[in-house]
Amino acid sequence: MADETKAEVPKAPPTGANPAATPQHRQVPGGDAPATAAAAAATGARPAAPAAPAATGARPAVPAAPAAAGAQAARPAAAPRPPAAPIPDLGGRTTTAAAASAKAPAAATAKTATRDPDDTSPLLTRRAWMGLAWGAFTAASAAALAATGRFMFPNVLNEPPQQFKAGFPNEYGMGVDERWKEKFGVWIVRTPDDIVAHASGFYAIISTCTHLGCTPNYLSAESKFKCPCHGSGFRLTGINFEGPAPRPLERARVVLADDGQILVDKSRKFQWELGQWTDPEAFLKA
Amino acid sequence: MADTKTVAPKERAGTRFWNWLTETQVWKSIFRHDRPDSDRTRVLVMLSNVFLHLHPVRIRKSGVKLRYTWCMGGLSFFLFLSLTLTGTLLMFYYRPTLEYAYTDIVGLREHVPLGIMREMHRWGAHAMVITVWLHMFRVFMTGSYKPPREFNWSVGVIMLVLTLLLSFTGYLLPWDQLAIWAITVGSNMARATPFLGHEGPGAALLRLGDVPLIHAYDDARFALLGGSFVGEGALLRFYVLHCVGLPLAIGVLMAVHFWRVRKDGGISGPL
Repeated sequence: MADETKAEVPKAPPTGANPAATPQHRQVPGGDAPATAAAAAATGARPAAPAAPAATGARPAVPAAPAAAGAQAARPAAAPRPPAAPIPDLGGRTTTAAAASAKAPAAATAKTATRDPDDTSPLLTRRAWMGLAWGAFTAASAAALAATGRFMFPNVLNEPPQQFKAGFPNEYGMGVDERWKEKFGVWIVRTPDDIVAHASGFYAIISTCTHLGCTPNYLSAESKFKCPCHGSGFRLTGINFEGPAPRPLERARVVLADDGQILVDKSRKFQWELGQWTDPEAFLKA
Repeated sequence: MADTKTVAPKERAGTRFWNWLTETQVWKSIFRHDRPDSDRTRVLVMLSNVFLHLHPVRIRKSGVKLRYTWCMGGLSFFLFLSLTLTGTLLMFYYRPTLEYAYTDIVGLREHVPLGIMREMHRWGAHAMVITVWLHMFRVFMTGSYKPPREFNWSVGVIMLVLTLLLSFTGYLLPWDQLAIWAITVGSNMARATPFLGHEGPGAALLRLGDVPLIHAYDDARFALLGGSFVGEGALLRFYVLHCVGLPLAIGVLMAVHFWRVRKDGGISGPL
């Protein structure tokens, strides 16, 4: 098979069997190539390695393959010729690639229909078993990787709950109450007249700066919340008025629980810039 | 060697000892080459040593000039070794828990001999960030990122990121106010991770009906912190990343980096 390919490489351009697939630079030097290749083919040895580089100057096998395959398809009579060198050697590996592709049309049907003579594996061919094994291994590896990723997300967190009861309304005086800031990150503010609800009552401000997430301090003397990280300042309503904070502090859901206590729920947040402070649960009238 | 050795009466004791030592089985089992006194034996020295074989057998004359390389790559590696040594020593005293972390750091200064150890680790870390940047600057200015070295440049960029992550994770471990709030601010960037951060672009698309798949308790920031804020989970995760995960990763990449310098033709020539 090997020498057959080499013999047909130079024939392809002159006959025009596959002109579209043949690069132009292969046809130009083709004039002297047939003589070399034909002489080499006559010897029966493996001539293509020297012949093809002489024709192209670089990597002959890849362009040669379609030409050889096309030529063979055009003239099937060449196929039954017995293979002279069934064992490809390392020296001619560029031509064995071409030979393999040339052999493909003739041998493809026979190859898939039968298994290797020494393949006695049951149910499936040895190749199919290998594919199954690799598929199972890949799936198991992917599952192990996913499980490892899930390992990084615990099911129980040792963190304060998002929702807590903050005592009865009559326990609070007017102004900012800091008793829940340390544990739950919330200021409860009692105001006689809220800027949004226009009523007296409570709102809960989440003590996370809207700039980069530090915790501001409540400065009672200046009646403001001031972030120590980058100097953002907020009014007691939560509205930002100085520093880099881009938006007001967020308020949390605040309602009365069944037992009459104030219930603060940080998982429900209300943002001023989205118009959410008008939500009935953003302010507890009292 | 044995055939050229001559034992003369006036041979000095040191020479005799050397000749005896290099003939012992112990020596010959470790060093499988003769004295490096020819090109061939010098090459064998490089090829038969796991550490030396990562380096080029020969380098250009210009490559040894300080004004060409600034020795910044070598200094970065030296600082990494120094940080590994001092960091390992610090691990004998430091406990990454809310109760002990800060006081252990204070104790490393006040209660432990050679209290400078923690300062060496800290200043070495600052210095390594500087030398890595300068090394990158040198490589850029000498065009050493161009083919065939583009892969090694990419490896270097990853190692730059790992160096910064090592600094970032180490920053939290003192567990003082600066550390906590710096990591609070820094890790908030992970909220904006595309798709994997709950405030990032595309995260809102990942939902099943009304249930968001990416929220504050399962996004990239949570995986980094092990919680919804910088707490005990974050301290422990940063400790493990700082002491095990990131050093392992950068160590493997350093081996690749040095080896590729050799494979890509040694230190690049002057422009």
